[in-house]
Amino acid sequence: MTDLNYSSSELMIINAARMLRNGDVVFVGVGQPNLACNLAKRTHAPDLVMIYEAGVIGAEPRRLPLSIGDPTLVSGALSVVSMYDIFANYLQRGNVDVGFLGGAQIDRYGNINATIIGTDYAHPKVRLPGSGGAQEIAAWANRCYIMTPHQKRRFPEKVDFMTSAGYLEGAGGRAQAGLRGKGPVAVVTDIGVMEPDETGELTLTALHPGKTTQEAIDNTGWPLKVAASMRTTGPVTEKELRILREELDPTGIYLKSG
Amino acid sequence: MTKLIPLTEAVSQFVHDGDTIYAAGFTHLIPFAAGHEIIRQGIRNLTLARATPDLIYDQMVAAGCARKVIFSYMGNPGVGSLRLVRAELEAGRLEWEEYSHFGMISRLQAGAAGLPFMPMNQTGAADLEAANPNIRRVTDPYSGKEVVVVPALNPDVAIVHVQRADAQGNAHLWGIIGEQKEAAFASKRVILTAEEIVDEAVIRSDPNRTLIPGFIVSAVCPVPFACHPSYAQGCYDRDNEFYLKWDKISESPEAVKAWLDEWVFGVKDREEYWQKLGAETHQRLRVKPNLSEPINYGEY
Repeated sequence: MTDLNYSSSELMIINAARMLRNGDVVFVGVGQPNLACNLAKRTHAPDLVMIYEAGVIGAEPRRLPLSIGDPTLVSGALSVVSMYDIFANYLQRGNVDVGFLGGAQIDRYGNINATIIGTDYAHPKVRLPGSGGAQEIAAWANRCYIMTPHQKRRFPEKVDFMTSAGYLEGAGGRAQAGLRGKGPVAVVTDIGVMEPDETGELTLTALHPGKTTQEAIDNTGWPLKVAASMRTTGPVTEKELRILREELDPTGIYLKSG
Repeated sequence: MTKLIPLTEAVSQFVHDGDTIYAAGFTHLIPFAAGHEIIRQGIRNLTLARATPDLIYDQMVAAGCARKVIFSYMGNPGVGSLRLVRAELEAGRLEWEEYSHFGMISRLQAGAAGLPFMPMNQTGAADLEAANPNIRRVTDPYSGKEVVVVPALNPDVAIVHVQRADAQGNAHLWGIIGEQKEAAFASKRVILTAEEIVDEAVIRSDPNRTLIPGFIVSAVCPVPFACHPSYAQGCYDRDNEFYLKWDKISESPEAVKAWLDEWVFGVKDREEYWQKLGAETHQRLRVKPNLSEPINYGEY
């Protein structure tokens, strides 16, 4: 019998997985996005095509990949292409439906910082890893999802450094910059879900069972707007937890946190 | 003409103080053996370019080989922070130049194709563009819209590891093929290390798999297990335990020095390093074969 008490990570992964549609071509990252995609593939989206930044198309990993270039992604994949090809022919050309993003800071308009904390690029307070593929994924995937714990420091009014574009300064920003993708259509946190309103501002649209609007407001760095029709996310199911814990991450490397 | 020489000779002959190096491999086939040989030979003031500096550049930076790094993702893949490079950057002791992955790889692609620069579509996120004057914009002469451009990268030396090559340097590689081909074509000199040296007939049996032709290669060095703790698809697995262990080692300068003394300066070559890792590690990294279906090129 699966223990139905779940961690914050499990809650976010399960809710992100539910947002994927069968047939989506997804640009997957290691860690939690990888679990969300593999969970979706084993539940409602068997035809999901998983693409990994290292150049692997249609991966079907037999074990939990521990890095973006894990050899388990290659064996049994549909195709393996060069890094230039994955970014040019697949992402820039518009062949990717979904991208997963994360970062140290996500601001009011869904812009992401994964580069530096502090405002002086040349003398950062904290140096973060940087863009990797995120800058292009955010710009060119048809739609993006962000998974991150709901904490004030992670959701400032404005990012210290814009590594990847959300809705820039607000409505119309993406179109003006000539970006092809829709941008971050949902931010899944451990409290609920934020989605952009018509101005591009991230707005609370759903709460997980047992969570409150006040918790979300208290943990957001800007005056968080709340949608008129608030939804409650569906309860986490035993099946979802069982697949995650028994099949995908049996030693709890990415599930245990939170 | 054979280009087979030991790795020690290839490094002393083709890598010089002040060079720009591109040690290729996106997580896969990272040429750690050559990196360690560069450390042992005390080569200095290098500019180290790689999309992901990975542990190989963390170690080279720790050993004092580098003046500057060029990168697009500075983390310990799958683990977290790349502590030593990060600390040097934060302290202002190491110069750096930063791109997105696509920007970095476009620089190599331009270099490999003999072009002066490479255009990319805009991404809307312009802070890196403001921070790095090498990232610029030009007007597309056809549509009149702006595109982002990056300059060609033409390193002095590419170091590329492959599963198999012949003595002339014609090379087969498979699995994640990252940017090995682009790095080799972009660079002035190419040091090729290989798990296995095979007869030219083996290369000719599968010409589609030859990503690097021998005539752009400067030296071919037989170095089995050259990639540990990275991996070679089908030959041995990635040593994730070591990537986690490095996260701990790299917390302390003393531990880093002790590690370099023991595992780089304390061994004469990769063969000794691999033996020192021991049977248990060899067993843990062993992979079961999984052969592809043969294809038919036809007899003409």
